[in-house]
Amino acid sequence: MKTVLSYYKQYIPFVCIIILVLFGQVMCELFLPMFMSDIIDNGIVAGDLDRIRHTGIIMIGVAFAAVIFSMSGSLFASLTAAKAARKIRKALFTRVTAFSRAEIEQFSTASLITRSTNDVQMIQQATVMSLRMMIFAPIMGIGAVFMALKTSVSLSWTVGLALLCVCGLMIFSFVAIFPRFRMMQEKLDRVNLIMKERLSGTLVVRAFRTEFKEQERFDEANVDLTKLYIFVNKCLAFMLPTMTLIMSGVGVLIIWVGAHLVDAQQLMIGDMMAYLQYAMHVIMSFMFVTMIFVMIPRAAVSAKRVGQILDTPISISDPEEPKSVPLLEEGTKAKGGEVEFRNVSFTYPDAEEKALSGISFTAQPGKMTAIIGGTGCGKSTLINLIPRFYDATEGQVLVNGVNVKDMKQADLRSLIGLVPQKGTLFSGTIESNLRYGNQDATEGDLREAAEIAQALGFIEEKPDGFETEIAQGGTNVSGGQKQRLCIARALVKKPQIMIFDDSFSALDYATDRALRNALRERVTGSTFIIIAQRINTILDADQIIVLEDGQIAGIGTHDELMGTCQVYSEIARSQLSEEELERGRDNG
Amino acid sequence: MAKDLGERKHPPGQGGRAAKMMPGEKANDFKGTILKLASYLKPYRIQLANVFFMAMLSTIFAIVSPTILGMATDEVVQGVMGSGIDYDALLKILIILLAMYLASWLFGALQAWIMAIVSQKVIYTLRDGMSKKLDRLPLKYFDRVPYGEVQSRMINDIETVNQTLTATITQMITAIVTLIGILIMMVRISLIMTLVALVVIPASFLIIKIVVSKSQRHFKNQQKFLGKVNGHVEEMYSGHDIVKAFNLEEMSEETFDEYNDALCEAAWKSQFLSGLMMPLTQFIGNLAYVLVCLVGGYLALMGRISIGQIQAFIQYVRSFNQPVQQVANIANQLQSTAAAAERVFELLDEEEEVDLDKKPAVVLDPEEVQGRVTFDHVKFGYKENEPIITDFSFEARPGQRVAIVGPTGAGKTTIVKLLMRFYELDGGSISVDGHDIKDMSRSNLRALFGMVLQETWLNSSTVKENIRYGRTDATDEEVRAAAKAAHAHRFIKTLPKGYRMKINEEATNISAGQKQLITIASAFLEDAPILIFDEATSSVDTRTERQIQSAMAKLMADRTSFIIAHRLSTIKDADYILVMNEGNIVEQGSHDELLEKNGFYADLYNSQFAD
Repeated sequence: MKTVLSYYKQYIPFVCIIILVLFGQVMCELFLPMFMSDIIDNGIVAGDLDRIRHTGIIMIGVAFAAVIFSMSGSLFASLTAAKAARKIRKALFTRVTAFSRAEIEQFSTASLITRSTNDVQMIQQATVMSLRMMIFAPIMGIGAVFMALKTSVSLSWTVGLALLCVCGLMIFSFVAIFPRFRMMQEKLDRVNLIMKERLSGTLVVRAFRTEFKEQERFDEANVDLTKLYIFVNKCLAFMLPTMTLIMSGVGVLIIWVGAHLVDAQQLMIGDMMAYLQYAMHVIMSFMFVTMIFVMIPRAAVSAKRVGQILDTPISISDPEEPKSVPLLEEGTKAKGGEVEFRNVSFTYPDAEEKALSGISFTAQPGKMTAIIGGTGCGKSTLINLIPRFYDATEGQVLVNGVNVKDMKQADLRSLIGLVPQKGTLFSGTIESNLRYGNQDATEGDLREAAEIAQALGFIEEKPDGFETEIAQGGTNVSGGQKQRLCIARALVKKPQIMIFDDSFSALDYATDRALRNALRERVTGSTFIIIAQRINTILDADQIIVLEDGQIAGIGTHDELMGTCQVYSEIARSQLSEEELERGRDNG
Repeated sequence: MAKDLGERKHPPGQGGRAAKMMPGEKANDFKGTILKLASYLKPYRIQLANVFFMAMLSTIFAIVSPTILGMATDEVVQGVMGSGIDYDALLKILIILLAMYLASWLFGALQAWIMAIVSQKVIYTLRDGMSKKLDRLPLKYFDRVPYGEVQSRMINDIETVNQTLTATITQMITAIVTLIGILIMMVRISLIMTLVALVVIPASFLIIKIVVSKSQRHFKNQQKFLGKVNGHVEEMYSGHDIVKAFNLEEMSEETFDEYNDALCEAAWKSQFLSGLMMPLTQFIGNLAYVLVCLVGGYLALMGRISIGQIQAFIQYVRSFNQPVQQVANIANQLQSTAAAAERVFELLDEEEEVDLDKKPAVVLDPEEVQGRVTFDHVKFGYKENEPIITDFSFEARPGQRVAIVGPTGAGKTTIVKLLMRFYELDGGSISVDGHDIKDMSRSNLRALFGMVLQETWLNSSTVKENIRYGRTDATDEEVRAAAKAAHAHRFIKTLPKGYRMKINEEATNISAGQKQLITIASAFLEDAPILIFDEATSSVDTRTERQIQSAMAKLMADRTSFIIAHRLSTIKDADYILVMNEGNIVEQGSHDELLEKNGFYADLYNSQFAD
C-alpha cells in the first residue's frame, strides 16, 4: 500500500488543486438553497419581483461556477489517475522483466499478469473515485452541516436522528450484505470453474459416462449460487427503498418541527426549505463516506498485491564491476564458448532437497554435449544455470573461464542461443520472430537459419512466407513448426553456445535427423548442449551426461556408457531393441 | 421528497456511468430473442403481474407525495401570512404524507423482493439448461466452435443477462410510470411552468448525446490499448525466459511504453469526458431550477400558484431527468441483454446428438463382452464433403492388440473417436461382438472401453477422486492397488497429503507425467473389457514407460486393446498394426508383414535409425 502510494507523490499539487476546486463546487452548491430561500422569503413573500429576477441571475451564475469547478475537478482527477496508473504499470513491467525465475515462480506467471493488468486497473478506478468522492463527500458533509447549523440550530436533532437511522442501515449492510458480495464472487467462480472443467473434459466425461455426476456437481454449485444471489438481492430490495424512506421521513419531521419554529418566528419559511436541502446533503455525504469504507479495502487489496511485486528484491543482478568477456572482444568473435560446471549444486528456494548436487563437467566448443535422464532428474535445472535464470547455490558455472556471476547478464546472454522446451513465439510475423535473434540480420541470414532448422520448407509453403502472421502464443503454427522456428531464431543469433532444452521432441524422426545433420555440418565451432528424451537423438554426441536424481550417473560416449553406466543402458534398452542398439553402434 | 434529491447528489464520475457509455452490442433477432426470454419468464407470470402492479403503485405514491408535501408547506405559509398555523390540518397532511411514503416503500421493497427471486430462478434455469446441453452436444459442435466461445456464452453472457434482467424489467415500469405521472402532476400545477421546464430537457439530451459520442471514441481506444497492454504483458511474462535469453528487455519495454502511453491518453480523456456528463446535466437541471424559481415566483406574486406548489414543482423538475436518462438507458440495456441472451439461446438450440433418447435395442453386459470389434466399410469425415476415411474394414479378434501408428496429425485418434461413438459415421458400421454400436446406448457402449487419453484431464478434486473417476464405488484398497499397478503409488505417497492432495484448478501442482500415471491408474481401476491407449505414455520418461508397459501388458492380457503411439519401438509387440497418414489408413498388417512390404510403415520405422 505504502509503496503504491509513493507513486502518487508527484501528483500532490494536482490533488491540492482538486481539493480547492471541489471546495469551490461545494460552496456553490450550498449557496443555491440559500438563494432559493432568499427568493421565497424576500421575493415571493415580500412580493418583490425585481428581487426574484436579480437573485435568479445570481443563481445561474453560481450554477455556472459550480459546473466549471466540477469539470476542472474531473479533469485533474482523470489526469492524476491515468498518469499514476501509467507509472505504476510501467514500474511493474520493468520490475517483472528484471525478475529472475525464482521470483517469477514465487508469484506464478498468471498472478503476475493479473497484478500488472487487473489490479492496476482497479487502482486507477479507485483513484478517480477517491479523488472525487473521497474529497467531495467530506467537504460537502461538513459544509452542509455548517450551513444547516447556521440556518437553524434547533432543527439539528432531526438530521441527527436521520443519521442514526442511516447508521443502522449501514451497519446492517456491513454485516449482512457486504461480506456476502465476496462469497457471491467465490460461488460464481466455482460455477464457472466447473463449467470450464466440463468443457475442456467433454471427451473424458463422456468416455467415463460421468455426465450425471458432473451434472450433479454443477447443480450443487448452481443451487448454492442462486440461493446466495436471492438472499443478497432480497437484502438490497429492502435496503434501497428504506434509504428513500428515511430521507422522506426526515423531510416530514423537518416540516412538522419547522412549522412550529416558523410559527414562533424563529425561522423564515424559505430557511426551512433550504434546511430541507441541507439535511439531504448531510445524509447523502454521510452515505458516501461509509461507501468509501467499503471501496477502500478492495482497492487496498489490489494496492497490496501490486506493492508486493514492487517490493520484491531481484535475486539476480549484474555485478558492480563486471568482468570483460573475452569472447566479446574485437577479433575473437569466432572463438567458441567453453562451458564449465565446477562442483555445482542447486537447491530451489524453500525446497528441502538439492535439485542438483556436485555437478562437474566441461562442454567444449565444436562438440556436442548431451544430457539425458528421467523425468524430474534436473536436466532443465542444469541448463537454466548457464544463462543465469538461476544462480548456482554452490560451486561455479564458468564460460570461457569466467564465472557467469561476474559478467553482465546481457553480455553473457548475447553468447547463448537458447531453444526452450515449449516453443515460445511472440505475436508478429515469422520474420520478426526470427529477428529477435539479431535485429541486424540480413535476409540471407534468416533464410540460412531457417534452412538449417528445417523450417524453410514450410515457411515457403505458406502464402505469405516470412511475412506470415504469428498469433499470440504462436497458436497458428503446429508444435513441430514452432520448435523449428525457435531453433532458427537461436541460429540467427550466431551464438557461441547453443542450448537445446528437449527441443526435438515435437519433431518426427526424419526431421529430427535432418536437423541434426544440418547443425553438425553448417554450424561449426559453437558449443552444443542438448537435453534429449530420445536416445537416438544423442547416439552420436561427443559427450553424454546421464543425470539421475540431480547427480551425474555417468559421463561418456554412447558406447562407453552402454558398458559402464547402468542407468544409461536401461534408458537405451527401454527405447531401442537389441538390433537397433547394434545398428546405433555401427553408425556411431 | 428525498428521492429526487438523493439521486441528484451522486458525486460525479462514478464507474457505472462510464460502463454504460460503451457502445453496446446488438442482437440479430431482437424480437425473437426477447420473446424467447419472455417464455422463460412465463411460469412466473403471476409473480410478474404482482411486480408490475406493485412497482406501479410504489411509483404513483412516490409521484403524488411532493404535491402533498407542497400542501403541507402551503399550510405553513398560510399560517405565517395569516392567522397562525392550523396544526391539526398540518398534522393530518403530514400523516397522509407519511402513509404515502410508507406505502411507496412497502410496494417498492416487495416488488424488488419478488423480482429478485424470479430473476434468479430464471438465471438458474438458463444455467442449468446450459449445463445439461453440454452433455447433449455432438463433438462436431466443438470442432466448429472454439472452447473459448462456448465458455464465454456460458459464463459472460449469462452473467450479462443476470445483471440486466432485473434492472430492465423494473426500470421499464418505474421509468415510464414516473415520466407520465410527473408530466401530469406538473401540468396540473402550471402549464406555463411545465413548458419552461420541458424546454430544458431536449438541451439535456443534446448534451448527453454530444458527450457520449465524443467519449465513445476514447472509450473504444481505452479498450483497445488496454487489450494491447494486457496482451503484451501476458506475452512477455509468459516468454520471460526468451526475453532474457535474447536480451529483448529494452525492446519489450519500448513496445510497452508505446501502448502504455496510448492507454494513459485514452484513459484520462474517456474518464474526463464521461465525468463531464454529470456536472453538465446537473447544470441544465440547475438552469431549469432557476427558471422555475423565476417563473414560479412571478406566478406566485400574481397569486396564480402557491409556494408549496413551486416547491413541489421544483421537486418534479429535479426528478424528471432521472427517468429520462433511464428510458434512454433501457433501450441500450435491452439491446445488450438481447445480444447476450441470443448467444445463450443459440447454444441451447444447437442440434443435439442423434438417438440420444432412443431406447437401445441391445444392452451388453461388460462382464460378458468378448471384445470382437468390427469395422465394416466405414466412411467418415469431420466436415461434409471432406471424407478422410473412405472405406475402412477391419476386424479385431478378442484379446488382440491393435496398434495405430502414423505421423503427427495423421488422424490416429479418429478411429478411437468413431469406436466410442463420439462422432456419427457417414457410412458403413462398427460393431462390438456382432452388435452395431448404434443399437446400444452410448453409455452402455462406452462402459465397454477403458481409456487413457493423450490429453490428460483431471478435475480439481483429490488424487483419489480422480483415480476413482470411472468407478466411483471403488474402495480405498482398490484405488491403491490400481495406483501400484500403474506405478503411480510411489509418487503419490510423496505428494503433500498423498491420495488426499487436491489437484488445483489448472492442474499445475503435478507434472504432466504424473497426470498420465493417474489416468492410467484410473483405467486400471475401471477394468473394462476393451482398452484404448491414446499416446498413453508420451509424457513419461522411457524408463518409467517401460515399467508401465509391463503393467499394461498384464492389463491387456485377454482384452482387446487399441494402442496409439508415435514411438514405434513401443508398439512392435502389437498383433496388428494400422498405419495412417493424412487421415487415411494406408497400410495394415503385422510388424513383420509391413516391414516386408517396404512401404510407408517401413519408411517411418527406418527413419528412426537410417543415416
